[in-house]
Amino acid sequence: MEHYNMNLTLKVWRQKNNQSAGSMESYQVKDISSEMSFLEMFDVLNEQLIVAGDDPIAFDHDCREGICGQCSMHINGRAHGPWTNNTTCQLHMRAFKDGDTIVVEPWRSKAFPVIKDLMVDRSAFDRIIQAGGYISVNTGNAVDANSLPIDKKDADNAFMAAACIGCGACVATCKNSSAMLFVSAKVAQLAQLPQGQPERESRVLNMVAQMDKENFGNCTNTYACEVECPKGISVSNIARLNREFLTAGLSTEE
Amino acid sequence: MSFDSKIPAGEMNEKWNDYKGHVKLVNPANKRKLEIIVVGTGLAGASAAASLGEMGYKVKAFCFQDSPRRAHSIAAQGGINAAKNYQNDGDSVFRLFYDTVKGGDYRAREANVHRLAEVSSAIIDQCVAQGVPFAREYGGLLSNRSFGGTQVQRTFYAAGQTGQQLLLGAYSALERQIALGNVTMYARHEMLDVVLIDDKARGIIARNLVTGELEKHFGHAVLLCTGGYGNVFYLSTNAMGSNVTAAWKAHKKGAFFGNPCFTQIHPTCIPVSGEYQSKLTLMSESLRNDGRIWVPKKKDDNRKAIDIPEEERDYYLERRYPAFGNLVPRDVASRAAKERCDEGYGVGTTKLAVYLDFKDAIVRYGKTEQGKQGITNGSVEDAIKLGKAVVEEKYGNLFEMYDKITGENPYEMPMRIYPAVHYTMGGLWVDYELQTTVKGLYAMGEANFSDHGANRLGASALMQGLADGYFVIPYTLGNYLADDISTASIPTTHPAFEATEKAVRERINTLMNIKGTKTVESFHKRLGKIMWEKCGMARNAKGLQEAIVEIQELKKEFWSDVKIPGEINSMNPELDKAGRVADFIELGELMCKDALDRNESCGGHFREESQTDDGEAKRDDVNFSYVSAWEFKGESNWQLNKEPLNFEIVKPSQRSYK
Repeated sequence: MEHYNMNLTLKVWRQKNNQSAGSMESYQVKDISSEMSFLEMFDVLNEQLIVAGDDPIAFDHDCREGICGQCSMHINGRAHGPWTNNTTCQLHMRAFKDGDTIVVEPWRSKAFPVIKDLMVDRSAFDRIIQAGGYISVNTGNAVDANSLPIDKKDADNAFMAAACIGCGACVATCKNSSAMLFVSAKVAQLAQLPQGQPERESRVLNMVAQMDKENFGNCTNTYACEVECPKGISVSNIARLNREFLTAGLSTEE
Repeated sequence: MSFDSKIPAGEMNEKWNDYKGHVKLVNPANKRKLEIIVVGTGLAGASAAASLGEMGYKVKAFCFQDSPRRAHSIAAQGGINAAKNYQNDGDSVFRLFYDTVKGGDYRAREANVHRLAEVSSAIIDQCVAQGVPFAREYGGLLSNRSFGGTQVQRTFYAAGQTGQQLLLGAYSALERQIALGNVTMYARHEMLDVVLIDDKARGIIARNLVTGELEKHFGHAVLLCTGGYGNVFYLSTNAMGSNVTAAWKAHKKGAFFGNPCFTQIHPTCIPVSGEYQSKLTLMSESLRNDGRIWVPKKKDDNRKAIDIPEEERDYYLERRYPAFGNLVPRDVASRAAKERCDEGYGVGTTKLAVYLDFKDAIVRYGKTEQGKQGITNGSVEDAIKLGKAVVEEKYGNLFEMYDKITGENPYEMPMRIYPAVHYTMGGLWVDYELQTTVKGLYAMGEANFSDHGANRLGASALMQGLADGYFVIPYTLGNYLADDISTASIPTTHPAFEATEKAVRERINTLMNIKGTKTVESFHKRLGKIMWEKCGMARNAKGLQEAIVEIQELKKEFWSDVKIPGEINSMNPELDKAGRVADFIELGELMCKDALDRNESCGGHFREESQTDDGEAKRDDVNFSYVSAWEFKGESNWQLNKEPLNFEIVKPSQRSYK
C-alpha cells in the first residue's frame, strides 16, 4: 500500500456543554499520514490545540478496535464516515485525499443530547435495556448448559442480532431518529432463544414503551440504519420486532 | 498490616467446598442494610454488581465509560475456558487446574487456581441461561475449540466476539438489577481515592467526569474491578481509557501490589506504523495454526515479500523450535520476533515487524479441496483459489480487520505482525477471599494478581473475571460483612471523607496550576518508551536501573511542566488523563523495581541474566518461588514482602519447546 501525506480542512461542531449553543469551527491539519486512523488525526489536532492554549475537542472513544461502540462521529454526512460496516475508530485516513474538507458533527437526535462537542448522552439505550433487554436468571440458577440444545440456525441468528455494539449510528442516521434497529436487535436475539421465551411478550412491550418514552422517532422503513450499522445488523430484525410487538399486544391479558 | 493468604486447610479439591460449607452468612434482612461499592463494570465488576444486587445487598457501581456495556472485556476475541469435558477428550477440573499452573510458569497460587477450575463449568451454565449466543454444533449443543497451551478442546466461543457476548450477558444482568433498584449505576465517573475509617475501606471519592464535581460515596466494602495496567507502556491492546488509577490509589492506601512486572506481550499484533500511533490491535492467536512466521535471511532486505525467494527466507520459529514451530507459547514467540528485529532482519517501513504468511496454508488447503472434489491434475492456480476460500471461512473476519487497518490484502501478501502488550498478570495482592491487605477492600478480575502466575493462557482471562464476580465474591464477601452488620451507614460528612476529598481536590488543583509547556500525551509516550525498551520483552539489571532513574526524572518533569487545558469544574478529558498518567509513572517505577528484584526468567518476564546457553528462559525455583507483594512506604519507597509459593500438587518443571 502506497502511503501519502495530506493537508486537510476540518469543520467540527464545538459546543461547551449541553446548556450552550454550538457552532461549526474550522481547523487546518498538516502532514496527516494516510496510515493514521481518523481518531489519531483528531489526536494530532487536539495536541495542536492544547499547545496553542485552546480547548481540545471532546469526543467519545475507548477500544479503538471497533467493538466497544463508544466512538460516534458523523463524518461528511454519514454516521461513522464513508466506509461501510465500520466504526469511526476503524476509519483510516487513506479514505481521504490531500486538500479535502471534512465535516464532523455529533450524533444528532433529541434522545441523544450533546454533552460537549462531539460527545452525546446515549443513556437512553441503557434505560431501554433496563425495561426488559435481559433474561431474569439470578446467578446460580442455571442448569447444565448442554441440557438446552438450540437449533444452530436459531443460535446463529441470535448471535448475528446480538452483535450490536450499541453505538447509536442507526439513530443518528435515521431521518426520524428511530431506535428500532437497536431495540429489534435485542428483542430478536432473545426471542429466538428458548431461554428468552418466558418473558418474550412483556419484554417487547416494555422495551418499545421505554423507547417511545425516550423521544426516539418512528420507523418509516428507509433502511438507512442497516446501511450505516457497523456490525451489519439486518432490518429484518425490525420486521421481527413488529411481529413480536403485535403478537404480544394481541395476546396480553392487560 | 495482615499478610495472610488465608488458604483453607485440607485437600486441594476439598478446600473450596469446605470453605463454602463453613463460611459466615448474612441474613436477608441484614443484607438490605449493607452497601457495597463496585468500581469498574467489565466482566468481574458487572457480574459482581449483578450477583450482589440479586442477593439483596445495596450496590453502587461505577464506570468511567458512558455505559457499563463498554468496558474493555468487550474486546476479548478468542473464547472462555471451562472444564466441561463436553468433547469427551479427557478434560477435567484437575487438568484445567494443572494447565493453568504450568502455563503460569509455576508462579500462581495453587488453591486459587484450583477454585477457578472448579467454578469454570458453572460460568458457562450461567452465561447460556442469560442468553449468551455461544457457537453451536448442528445437533444444537455447544461447540468448543482448542487454544494455546492445552491438549484438549475446552474453549467456548462466540465467533471472534466472545468477550462482547459475555460482557453483554453480565451487563444485561446488571441492568436488570438497576431496574429493580438494587444497583445504582454511576457511569462517566472515575474513582480517585478510597476512604479508610479505622483501617477499613469505607467508601470512595469519585469525580463526575461530565460536571467535574467530586462526590463522596459510602460503602461497607469496596470492590475494585478496574482491569489491568498495560497502558503503562502507552501502546498496548488495551482501550484508551484503561488505567491503573483506582488500583494505584488503593496501593497507596495500604494494599500491597503483587508481581507488578508480570506483563503479557502478545506475539501477533498489527505493528506500529508511525509516531502518531495511539493503540495496537491484536490479531487472534489462532492465526498461528496456519500462518508461517519468517523474516528475510539478508539484513535490511527491502524487497517486497513476494519477491523474496523461498531459500532466502528464515522461518526462525521452525528453525529454533522444531517440535513446536510456529505454535510455541506467546512469550517465546514474542521474544523470538524481537530478537530477529533487533538483529536487523525486521520488515516493513519501521523494520519492527515480521511476516505471518498464509501462502503455504492456502496451497495446502486448496490441494485438499481438489482431492475432495476428485481433481487429480488440478493446477496450482486453481488450488490457490480453492484454498483462499477455506482460509476465508476460518479467518475471514481477522483478514478483513487487517485489511481495514493496513490497507493490505493478506490473501495476496503476508501479514506484518509484531508483539504488543496485551495483559497484566500482576495486580493488587489478594488473599484467597480476594481481599487486599486493606480490610473491606477487594480486587477482582485482571485488577488482582491471583490466578495466572507469570503467564496467562489464552481464554483464561474471561474465565477468571466471571469466576471472581459470579461465583467467588458472593461467598467471600459475606464472610467479612457478617461481622459488620451492626455498622450503620457512615455519613459522608465523616472527617475521613472530608479529608480524603480535600486531598483529591488539592492534587487536582496542583495539576491544573502547573501550567507548563508539555502535553499529558507527550509524557505518556515517553514513559511508554522507557517501559517498552527497558522493562518490556527482555530485561536486564543495567537497563532496569537506568529506567528507574529516567522515570524518577520524568516524574519531576511531569509535575513541573505538564500543560493541562480547560477547567476543573467541567468536563475535562485532559485532566482525567493527567491523573492517570501521573499514576502510571509511579507504577512504572515499581514495575522496574520488581523486575530488578526478580533475577530469574519466568513466563512473560525474561531476565537476560537468567537464560540457558541457547538463549531460552531459565526459571530459578530455589530463589524466586514467591509472590512479590510490594508495600508502599512513601515516594519512590517500597518494601518487598514475599508470599512463598508451595506446590503441593503440580511439581514445577522446566518448560521446553525444542
